[in-house]
This record gives sequence, C-alpha cells and structure tokens, in this order.
Amino acid sequence: MNNSSLPMIFLLLAVAGLVFGIGVVAISRRKARAVPQIQRVAPVEAVEAVAAAPLSVRDRLAKARSSLSGAVGSVLGRSEINDSTWLELEEALLRADVGVRVAQSLLGVLQARVKAKEISTPAQLIDALRGNMSSQLVGTSRDLNFEANIGGPNIWLMVGVNGAGKTTSLGKIAAQQIALGRTVLMAAGDTFRAAAGEQLSTWAERSGAQIVRGAEGGDPSSVIFDGVQSAHSRNIDLVLADTAGRLQSNTNLMEELRKVRRVAEKGAGKVTEVLLVIDATTGQNGLQQARQFTEATQVTGVVLTKLDGSAKGGIVFAIETELGIPVKLVGLGETIDDLVVFNPTEFIDALFE
Amino acid sequence: MFDNLSDRLGGVFKRLRGKGRLTQADVDEVMGEIRTALLEADVNVGVVRNVIERIRVQAVGTQVSEALDPGQQIIKIVNAELIAMLGGETLKITYASHPPTVVLMAGLQGSGKTTSAAKLAAWFRSQGRNPLLVGADLQRPAAVEQLKVLGAQIGVPVFSIAGDPVATAAAGLAEAQRLGRDVLIVDTAGRLAIDAEMMQQVADISKVVSPHYTFLVVDAMTGQDAVTVAKAFDETLAISGVILSKLDGDARGGAALSVKEVIGKPIAFAATGEKIDAFEQFHPDRMASRILGMGDVLTLIEQAEKVFEKDQAEATAAKLMDGEFTLDDFLDQLQQLKKMGSLSSVMGMLPGLPKEAKDAQISDDMVKVTEAIIRSMTPEERRKPEIINGSRRTRIAKGSGTQVSDVNKLVKQFSEMQKMMKRMGGGSGGGSGGGKGKKGGGRGGLGAMFGGAPGGGPGGLPSGDIDLAAALGSRLPPR
Repeated sequence: MNNSSLPMIFLLLAVAGLVFGIGVVAISRRKARAVPQIQRVAPVEAVEAVAAAPLSVRDRLAKARSSLSGAVGSVLGRSEINDSTWLELEEALLRADVGVRVAQSLLGVLQARVKAKEISTPAQLIDALRGNMSSQLVGTSRDLNFEANIGGPNIWLMVGVNGAGKTTSLGKIAAQQIALGRTVLMAAGDTFRAAAGEQLSTWAERSGAQIVRGAEGGDPSSVIFDGVQSAHSRNIDLVLADTAGRLQSNTNLMEELRKVRRVAEKGAGKVTEVLLVIDATTGQNGLQQARQFTEATQVTGVVLTKLDGSAKGGIVFAIETELGIPVKLVGLGETIDDLVVFNPTEFIDALFE
Repeated sequence: MFDNLSDRLGGVFKRLRGKGRLTQADVDEVMGEIRTALLEADVNVGVVRNVIERIRVQAVGTQVSEALDPGQQIIKIVNAELIAMLGGETLKITYASHPPTVVLMAGLQGSGKTTSAAKLAAWFRSQGRNPLLVGADLQRPAAVEQLKVLGAQIGVPVFSIAGDPVATAAAGLAEAQRLGRDVLIVDTAGRLAIDAEMMQQVADISKVVSPHYTFLVVDAMTGQDAVTVAKAFDETLAISGVILSKLDGDARGGAALSVKEVIGKPIAFAATGEKIDAFEQFHPDRMASRILGMGDVLTLIEQAEKVFEKDQAEATAAKLMDGEFTLDDFLDQLQQLKKMGSLSSVMGMLPGLPKEAKDAQISDDMVKVTEAIIRSMTPEERRKPEIINGSRRTRIAKGSGTQVSDVNKLVKQFSEMQKMMKRMGGGSGGGSGGGKGKKGGGRGGLGAMFGGAPGGGPGGLPSGDIDLAAALGSRLPPR
C-alpha cells in the first residue's frame, strides 16, 4: 500500500458507514419488496429454427444522407465567415456526436487561422476543416491483423456493451474471412444472454463456420479456451470469439472479460485482434467505453455498427484521435457485404451532410 | 470522466464573488458552462439551445449574495428546469375494459426491446396481471428464442409463429383472448427510423393489434440521434411513452431529456440492471441530477435496499449508534458494499463528496486489503481492537501480507469512526430509545458527516425522499 492509503481507508470506512446507514433508513422507510431473484439462464435444449431474414441490398446509406440537411451548404451560402458560420459548424460537429471538446479544438485551430488571414472564404474554411480531420485519421492501418505461422489459430475477440452488434458483426466477419479462404471457428462466449448461442449458431450455418458452444450460464473463458483448443486440433486458421455484452461500469463483468482474454492465450492460439463494437447511435459515453474496454482487453480496433441509420457515429473520431484506436470496420446494412473497411474520407464527408 | 456541473460552475463563481448582481457577460459565461455540461451528457444540440434560453431568463438578475452560494442558486434553477422538463405528466397505466391491454414495443436494433419486453411483463405480473408475450421479431436470429427463455424465467407464456411478423402479432392477440390473458406485450424487430419498409411493417403490426400503449425503447447511451429516432417513431406509431434502457451504466443519459422534449411523451420506465427485476418507473428528479453529473443518492439507496438484509442492517445500525460496532460488523458491511458494485461507482453516486475523494482512484483492491487485515485478526481482536499490541500487530501484518503501519492505520481509523458514530448516535435525542429516534439520528448524523450540513430534522419535511436527499448532501440542490 502506498502513502495515500490512509485517507483512502478512511473514505472506505465512511462510505461503508454511509451505505449501510441509508440502507437501514431506506429499508425501514418502505416494506421490503419481494424481489424475484432470477438466476442466470438455464440451458436451452430446443433450438428454434429461425428463418433467415431476407437480405436486402438497398443502399441505406444513400437514404440516410438524402434525409439530412447540410450544414456545409449553409456555411458555403454566405459570402463571409461570421459568427453564424462558427455556430453552424460547431452544431454540425456536435450533432454528429463528435463531442464538445473535440469540436471546440477543431474549430479553435481554424479560428486562429482565420484571424491570421490564412483563411478568408467559407469554402477555404470547409476544406481546411475536412483536411484537418482527415489528417488526424490517416496513417493507421485498418487491416484486420492476421499472423501466419504462429503455431496455432489467430484469435479475434469481440467486445462491447449490450446491443452494440457484436454477434452480428462476428457472423459477418466470419463469412468474409471464409470467402477469403480462411477456415473459421466461432466460440460462443456469450453464455449470459438468453439464446445468444442460437443466434451465433444461425450465423455459423449461414457462413459455413464451425462453432463451439458451452452451456448457458457457463464460464465464457472456458468456452473460448475450448474453442481455441478445438480449432488448433483441427488446424483451423481463425477463432472468432464472441463475448456477452457488458456495460463498462460493471467491474465484475470487466474483470471476467480480462480473464477471457488471458485464458484465450493459455492454449496454442494468439489473440491478434480485439474488436470493440460500437453502435453509431452512441453518444459521449462511447469514449468511456473505449477507455474501459481497452484497459481491460487492449482493444486493437473499433467496429462501428448501424451507420446506415441517421446517426453519424462521430464519437469514433474522438476515440481514434484521443485514444489512438483505429476504426477498422463499418456496418452499413444487414447483409454480409454491408460490413466494410472504414473509409475516413467518406466518414468525414458524411459528418457534414 | 467529465466534470460535473457544480465543479464547472464553482470555478466560474469563484471569480464572480463579491459582485452584487450578475451582468450579461457573467451570465453568458455561466450559460456556456451549463451548455457544455448538457452537451457532454448527450442532450440534443437543439434542445440544449432551448433549455439554455429558459434558464437564462431565470438567471439574469439573480442576486449574488455572500451568504448564498451563487453557484448553488444557478444549479437549483437548472435542476428545477430539467426536472420540470423530464417530468410533467407521468404515464399512468389504465387497463382496457375489454382485455387484453395491448402493449407494443418498438425501437432501434440493440436498444433493448426484447429484454425490456420481458422486464415489462414481470412488472405487469408484480401488478397482479397475467401478461402474454408475443415474439414478433422474426428478423434477428434467435430473438424469439431469447424471449422464450426470458418468459420461462418469469413464468410468462410466449407466443410466436414463424413467418410473417404482422400475422404473428394478430395471432398473438387472438391467443391472448383465447387464454384470457389480460395484458399482451408485442416485441418487434429492431429497425432504423429511416428504413421506410420496416417502419411500414411496424405500422402494420400496430394496425392489427391496436395497442393501448406503444413504448419506444431508447438506450441511455444514445447520442444526438435520439431526437431523429424518437420523432420518426412517434410519427409512425404515436408513441405513448419511452422506456429508457441500460441506465445502470455510466452514461449521463441526456437522450432522455431530448426525447421527452421533442416528442413530449413521458419517460415511463427505466431499466437499471441485467436482472429481470431491474426495471422501475422513471424518476425525473434522479435523472436531472444524473444528467448534471451530480450524484444519484436515491438510486444508491435503492441499490442498498436491494442488497442489504433488513434485519441484519437494523441490528448493525443499532450497534453502530450504541458504539458496539465491531470489526466483524465492519467486515459484514464491506461484503454487502461489494454486492452493490464497484466502490468507485458507488462513490460516484454520492453527492457532496469532495472532488479529490472522487478523483482518487479508489480501487477495489483497497477493500481486499482491508478485508485481509481484518481476517487475520482473532475473533477477540475484532471485538476489541484496543487489545492489539505490538506482537499481535506483527502477526496480523504477516498474516495479511501488509505492513505493520497499515494495520495501525486501520485500527486507528476504525476507532475514530467508532467514536464519531457514537457521537452521532448519542445526539439523536433518545439514544437507545425507540427505533424512530435512531433513524432520525442516523439521517442527521450522516448529513453532518457529508458536507457539514446541520442535521436535517425529519419533522418539518414533506416526504421521506426529500428528507433523505436534503440530509445526505448539502451540495444536492434542495427541491
């Protein structure tokens, strides 16, 4: 323990005292409610045959774009740069979920350049803003990291909060990797959510990947470890490991994830990619997600899902520039081909449209 | 983490001290801070603009006195405004005279519809109703399977047929009538608000079941897009209320404010955890503090309520107030505390804690070390820590893998806490008298402990909630 432990322990005592104090008050204030304690899900025997959704090939991105009014158009419509210009640009960035701090720093740089007369027209301003933003996003490799000849399978781990789209992204990645000629095994490490294993099985059937599942409520680390062992013995190139969604503020579940990563490498395999799946609708909390998940599992890339909706996913700009985690894949629709490599220029253009 | 609003405003007002009245420029600066705080909480840009205007009107001309902290005054205004915006009319469920009462769930992919549908079913059950769940999400693989598993957990039947979601919903309604279920909850597939085809499908589902309530499920982590989504769904389905999901995370949840403001429909329920029963009616006041990043005492209380055994807690409280609190009891408390989640998240919910305390990375390892030290003591030492002498100290340190000085610190702080608690217990006017006297003392005492507020007398205040909140944190604005 370090020197600062003294106030900390005191704090601990104080908090413990407080917590039980209010607990008592609260309990005596109300009658204790009968709370049904629902345990983790019991194993499911029957696998419901779920009809594969018809995969449409509509260009949803185009639809999203056409429905949005352009801040850029409005800025360019003026003959000069004035207060409204700055406000509109700031609000455009904010509306795309880039965040206050990032928006202000991006515009701060430009305000200085306008003051120094380096920029004088709205068109130059827009170009400079786009240029600054792209320059912050280029220079990182967005390839999914696959190492040959490591004496075991590559392991790609999918992590993220509940409902971000981990399982679906995993299914699509599997199909794409198989199309590239790699052999893939899915490890159904989401043993918590009801029927998550079934969902992954459906994807395995669709893509032709093998799958290793454990009992629902079982230890995700052991399921993934078994998956790696099984892949190794069958000479499979790649293990795609699914994990249960978890909120980054839940310490115990983050600890579980840390263990998953540790145990995954106990066998012959190597974790060569940890993909954090982030929903494009996510706001400023996305940055916190990236921080916490990286701290627990050393995230190597972001998968930005659901970008075909009206959300812009601007938080990944903050994640990439502030935390240095590259955005690798983007989900633009429901079909397998709609999961594509992230293109910074298109992404930035879309932010302003 | 983001700074909370009171920290932000604290800095501004330090400079404004001594001024008689806020000038326009001062107000602008203050408004700027409020704007940033709201934006960082993911409140929609357009909504922020409106809020700020309303707050500005109230803030201009606010008297800045030495006695009253101007920051507190502004926070009070902001908080009241947010509560007013979030609250207003609450959604009251009235059951259909010809059952079943039909509830339709809608939302984006991954917002938490299926889980919320099951939680809502459990809630209806707790209200003495007999719901039927209908799985009309035939899009996502195994979504119906998920609903079936959840339904089995809560003892609510689940109906679904493969094929067409609209037909499934219609058949579900017939099934509810046949079985005599009085509530029907229809889960639908997640869809993007801009996907015309899918929006038409959910409109068709709505047409065949004619829902009494249509809930939009919104993820508490949603950013600026919440407004677009809410508008689109409201236009298609005429939303009756919102279910805010994943509120157990650390997102500020500004989306709640945006959605409420834009579609004007109440936030009916909030999902606050992974367990089925972690689902409750929405509390605008808590959400306001949360958006402003100012602690969430009431949620903390509820968490404590769930975790703590009533009898045990009362016994411990009595011991504490009488000064009979031993290290064993403290160890118990730590165990209970651990059940409430990480220490830092608990600390985060406490208003009025000094900023340094919140910033100090309180790791859960600290709890472990403390536990280890106490566990290395003999039962007698735990009861009477004063008997711990040099050789006992060395033994305890060795047993717990710590230094003698750590053991010293723990023992010293424990005795200090004991003294403090004794004082508080003694001051409650009645000491070991009736249970009521004890409770009152606990409240006032804890208030005094956190922030130096005078012990809040429970008598004159209208309700338990307000009473508690006022006593617990002097920095929590009075309501």
